Formats: sequence, C-alpha cells, structure tokens
Amino acid sequence: MTKLMTEEQVVAELRSGMTIGIGGWGSRRKPMSLVRAILRSDLRDLTVVSYGGPDVGLLCAAGKVKKLVYGFVSLDSIPLEPNFQNARKAGAVEVQEWDEGMVQWGLYAASLKLPFLPTRAGLGSDVVTYDTSLKTVTDPYGGPDLLAVPALHLDAALVHLNVADARGNAAFHGPDLYFDDLFCQAAEKAYLSCERITDDLGELTRRRIARWMVHGVVEAPGGAHFTTCSPDYERDEPFQREYATAAKDPELWAAFEARFLTGSEADYQQAVKDFHSERKAASA
Amino acid sequence: MTDVTRAEVCAIACAEAFRGDGEILASPMALVPSLGARLARETFEPDLLLSDGEATFVAGPWALGAKPPATTEAWIPYRAIFDLVWNGHRHVMMGASQIDRFGNQNISCIGDFQKPKNQLLGVRGAPGNTVSHPTSYWVPNHSTRVFVPKVDMVSGVGKDRGVEVPLRRVVTNLGVLDLGGPGGSMRLLSVHPGVTVDEVRGATGFELHVEDVVESRLPTDEELRLIREVLDPKNLRDKEVPPQ
Repeated sequence: MTKLMTEEQVVAELRSGMTIGIGGWGSRRKPMSLVRAILRSDLRDLTVVSYGGPDVGLLCAAGKVKKLVYGFVSLDSIPLEPNFQNARKAGAVEVQEWDEGMVQWGLYAASLKLPFLPTRAGLGSDVVTYDTSLKTVTDPYGGPDLLAVPALHLDAALVHLNVADARGNAAFHGPDLYFDDLFCQAAEKAYLSCERITDDLGELTRRRIARWMVHGVVEAPGGAHFTTCSPDYERDEPFQREYATAAKDPELWAAFEARFLTGSEADYQQAVKDFHSERKAASA
Repeated sequence: MTDVTRAEVCAIACAEAFRGDGEILASPMALVPSLGARLARETFEPDLLLSDGEATFVAGPWALGAKPPATTEAWIPYRAIFDLVWNGHRHVMMGASQIDRFGNQNISCIGDFQKPKNQLLGVRGAPGNTVSHPTSYWVPNHSTRVFVPKVDMVSGVGKDRGVEVPLRRVVTNLGVLDLGGPGGSMRLLSVHPGVTVDEVRGATGFELHVEDVVESRLPTDEELRLIREVLDPKNLRDKEVPPQ
C-alpha cells in the first residue's frame, strides 16, 4: 500500500496542541519542507521535541511553539540559534532543557512502551532544578538512586531521509542516522520526507527505517534545505548566514519571511535559487 | 626556546590533561584542546581514540582545519557516542561560559533560566558527561566573567552537588587548575610563563586555593616541531590564544 502524501496532506493530519518530534541533529538532515509547511498552516501551541536546529528557530519565530523539549539548539557552523534565543529571552516558550542523552532515553522509553528509563545523566545538574516534573527512582538492587527519564510520547514525528520507497522503508546515506528511528518509533504517526522515492534503497545496513514505523511518505527533493543532507547536498552556509543575520533584526526578519517563507515549497526553492544567482552576480 | 607562544604552552597543557588516559575517546571541543589531544596521541598517549568530528574514529595525525586522515577505525554515530559516554571510556574537554569554585559549568543560559538575559547552547551532554567520565575544561579567556562565584545554570556538575564527578583539569590562557583544593574547590596548579599568580587571582571571581604553584611546562623541540609543522601549520592556535 502506498503511503505517498504531500507536505500539505501531512500538515492537515496534525492538530494544534500536539507533541511533535523532529528528527535530524542541529542543522543536519532536518525535515525542513515539512517544517515550512507547518509555518504556512494555522497550527499553534505545539510541543516540539528536537535535537534542535533551525527547525526549532523557525517554529519559534512563527509563534507555533508552546513548549520545547531539547538538549541544545544550534546551527552547528553558527553555534547559537538566534530565533531560539529570541524566544527564550522573551520568555515566550515553556522549556524542558534536558541532557541530550535524556532526550534519547525519553524517546527510547516511549518507543518501548516503558513509563521511564533510568540514568545517571542529569543528576546533580540544574536540569532537575528547573524541570520539577523529573523524579528519581530507587535501584531495587541496592545501588544509588537514578533519574527516571519519563517516556517522551509523540503524537507525530517528522524526519527526512535520503531515499525511501512508497511504503515507508527508508535509508540514510550520510554519516549518521541520528535518532530518526527513535523519533519514528516514539510517535503515534511518523511522517517521513525524502530526497527521492525509489525501490533501490541501497546498502541493507543503511535501511534503518522500516515501513511499520512510518505512516506517510513525502517526496521532497531539497526538503532538508538549508541543513545538510549528505551526500545529496551539504549545508547551504551562505543561506544559513542570511537566515541567522536576519533573525537578529526584526526588520531584516520581516524581509526574510516575506521573501522566503510566505509562498509554497516550490516558491521557497525558487527564492533560494534566486538568492544564489543574485549572490553570484554581485560577486562577479 | 624563547619564541614559544602562549598558544603553544596552552596546547601542551591541554595535551597533559590527557596523560595516562590510555585507550579512551579524547573529545576536545575547541582548537587548542584539539591540538593538545592530537599532540598527546602523537607522543605520550598513542592509544587515544579521536573522532573526525562527524561519525568516524580516525587514525593518524592531521592538521587543524585540514581534512581528517583517510584511515578510519570505526563508525561512531551519535548513538554509539552516547553509549560510550555513559560507559565512561571518554575524556571530554568542554568549554565553559561560566565556571565556579567547585567546577560547576554553565553552557545553557545567562541570567534567570525562565527568561534569560542570553540563551546559549543548552546543557547539551554536559550533565551526563560530568557524572559518567573524566571531564576537563578549556577557557581561552580567563576572566571574572567566566570564573564566577556561582554559575547561573549548572550544566556540567561540580564537586559540591552530592554526586561523584571525575573532574580533571581546567586549562586557561593564564594557567592550569584542578579541583584539588579543600572540599573539591579550585586550585591553581601552574601559571604559564609570563603570568603571575596575582594575575590569575585577579581574573578569578572567587577565592582560589593557591599553594606550590609552578610554571607550566614548555614544549620539547619535538613537540614544537609537531605543533608547527604537522598539527597546526596554518597557526590557527593563535586565533584562539593571541600572542602576548
């Protein structure tokens, strides 16, 4: 059975107030075309779980986020994410700032239908000071108390892979799967975008997403832009710089939004092309 | 060797932090610590594991800013790194936006956590790192802005938080410290050539334990050759620690 959908069809299945997990890592292989589709929607009050990058920044800037669960938010080559910083400085979002291993543990617990998983990570730090929902658990075998990381149940997960078939089997061709399989398994419904739909998924050991984890598949060439999607393309550094510069100034940001984020995905991809030809022309 | 730079002394101090570590992953988070870790592996700690910064263990020396060597040892995606962190076979040298007298480190935010004056990275792996395996810190700008009486958000766990933390060294552009003072407080071990103890005290926003401070060691001729010709021929180290 084919699970092919468009970005708009995915967003139509989401609801305000949902908890949404976003795969990738920092500014690497993020399902950006799905994020952009959310920006165009009237969804709001989302809880977003992410190894955060521009996905988090864009959703915060658009006022879509009620609460964030994250270990970090970074653009990698630009360490700090200015839109995320703006949201935090304004006190505009609730946060659960966890150790990044705790985020993995929460997703893993949800994917295994366990209420929590124990860890040492977080103990002694202010993670447990500011997230008062966290509790410790006694080691029944007599060791020291451990932190009980609660399951991070996701209503939906969004991930972007290099290739997939129409039924939702998918492969990563870059250096790292990140935690995309856990995001899919922790979710009620996982939506997967990819560079290409194909029946030739390549090397077996790279096919780490199996169709039972996936509810919908979107063919989205350039769908991770401006984050990395190695080896299909690397991060668009000039564009990321443009994004980060704009996010630091309300007027520049309004212009950035008007130019890149108001139209369809096709409009976005065209605007990015134009951005690069203008740069080329200016430097010639 | 009167022409040895401050950055080179810092690189040696970073390398020394990894002495005795054996077959563990050395995770340096900035330029000078990277130089130090690679230097340690080329000289006195040949069994150290080093990552290419993405998802591969690589063998052999390579220069700062250059492509990692083609000799790969193992695939280590983040999932494998997380396992390795909690397993303990790692020594990380992290940065610190703030660090206090007991080695609590902050990379999360400045000001009130609920509505910070400035938001930084987030705690990342600092809480788990510090309770799981040896942790050192690198501070290229030793000042009272970084060395504060109390950090705003404890990301990396210090010695006064009721949990075991194997904290090792704090290497700065001025000297080398550890948490060997009374009650796990910060102690000055050495000052870099040209730096006085008072200078370090003045740049530290809390009482520092000071006793038997020596001068940080200089690189040997062979270490200097490795630094200048093999590991950092582009002299990127001076960007992180400008010459005096």
